[in-house]
Amino acid sequence: MMCEECKKRPASVHLTKIVNNQKTEMHLCEQCAQERGELGFMGNIQINFPNLLSGFFDLDQHFNVEAPPTKEEQERCSCGLSFNDFRELGQLGCSSCYRTFGQQIDPILRRIHGHTRHTGKVPRKHEGKLSLQRKIQSLRQELNEVVSREEYEKAAQLRDEIHGLEKELGGEQNG
Amino acid sequence: MDKKACKWLEDPGPQQEIVLSTRIRLARNIATLPFPQVAKPQDLAQVASQVRQSAENIQGPWGKLHYQPLEELGVLQRKSMVAKHLISPQLAQEAENRGVLLSPEQELAVMVNEEDHLRIQVLLPGLDLDRAWALASQLDDSFEESLDFAFSEEHGYLTACPTNVGTGIRASVMVHLPAITMVNQIKQLIHGVTQVGLAVRGLYGEGTEVVGNIYQLSNQVTLGRTEAEIIENIRSVTGQILEQEQQARGVLLGNAKAQIEDRVYRAYGILTQARILSTQEAMSLLSDLRLGVGLGLIGGISYPQLNQLVVTAQPSAVQGIMERELDPQQRDYYRAALIRERLGDKAREKGENK
Repeated sequence: MMCEECKKRPASVHLTKIVNNQKTEMHLCEQCAQERGELGFMGNIQINFPNLLSGFFDLDQHFNVEAPPTKEEQERCSCGLSFNDFRELGQLGCSSCYRTFGQQIDPILRRIHGHTRHTGKVPRKHEGKLSLQRKIQSLRQELNEVVSREEYEKAAQLRDEIHGLEKELGGEQNG
Repeated sequence: MDKKACKWLEDPGPQQEIVLSTRIRLARNIATLPFPQVAKPQDLAQVASQVRQSAENIQGPWGKLHYQPLEELGVLQRKSMVAKHLISPQLAQEAENRGVLLSPEQELAVMVNEEDHLRIQVLLPGLDLDRAWALASQLDDSFEESLDFAFSEEHGYLTACPTNVGTGIRASVMVHLPAITMVNQIKQLIHGVTQVGLAVRGLYGEGTEVVGNIYQLSNQVTLGRTEAEIIENIRSVTGQILEQEQQARGVLLGNAKAQIEDRVYRAYGILTQARILSTQEAMSLLSDLRLGVGLGLIGGISYPQLNQLVVTAQPSAVQGIMERELDPQQRDYYRAALIRERLGDKAREKGENK
């Protein structure tokens, strides 16, 4: 049997695909199968991050094909890195880069992680302040729920608790 | 170096018939210095000296940490550390200002100036995620007492690559799945695993081939979830995979016991008699042997021994043990000799003593 694609080489790859209960059969030579990506199974396992990352950027570029580099894109971080350097390198230059390129990085983080805010471990030095902030945040959420259920007594209680914590937070920041 | 104990190769661990090892890795950077890829040599030297100094005062259940500059090691020694999973292939490539902090039992290995300033790694035998996380976090806290890590409230621990930002954690388990592979379910399994946000890789991580039916599962997302959530996700997926592998093993044993037994003993026969073995062949035979041990078809071989054999099968390990560069033909010859020597007459048929 000859390859269905090039009709020159003998078929050595025999594929049966079932898509939506439709069975199709294909007989290809190895070269054509490779070109069509039908032998990609082992290749799929190895996810190469730098490539994947530049894929995220390509998506950006795809949407701004005509746009000249914006002011933000030309801006350099104190470590000397520009956003374009980051694009090529796939890596940031220093911890300040996250602040310098914050606006451009957040959409990338959202695509990679589905989130942009850290919720995990906090260094002890930051602990007091951050745990207060997280507590206030969760109390505010609770307050909204309580209000929507019209439990005003409980809401007043929560409001006082939040005020108290906010005062404490102000003290932490000053101290 | 090879005579030194290495915990995941010496000690038994939970669920070791299927799980070879557990690793937790935390990426950390010193706030005031540029990340390694753009740092100047003097910055890197600064990182190494700060980390070294910090480690001097660190105490923990792991004992005293020892700093090993890579410059002091030959290429072969570095490669054999890669084979034992203590350092990454990336770190082994460059030596200047690179190093690794090791605990006496080598369950802790902190890479210095890899992609990030610090890569805190805990490596334990079997499935032991909680203990690995506890140790990694404790060491992280100890470093933090004298080092100021790059951290922002919004983005968490800041890393060179945005794929690691937030928790900086990569939790991974190395699993041996011969039965799922034999019953042709591996493709579906990998598909399912990637759907729940885990990556599947080969024995030596990113960009390596799957050999000997050994797969590495690890988390992809590091931001917006807590370490506990990330670890729980890996644990629950690994648990399901273990169940499926056990089930597949049961099916094989029920339907084709003679064939499996034949396969296991053929593997044992070749491993103990062959004079030339490629890495590929050795890995595939070792997979059959490990399956045989797991199914109780063959006895007298421990899991740490099997883990050691997997490492011994690697090209760099053979050269490291022989302490010289070998061409591929010589390697295959010495590999066979080393495996014969290590496997010896240890195996015996189950029930022989009855």
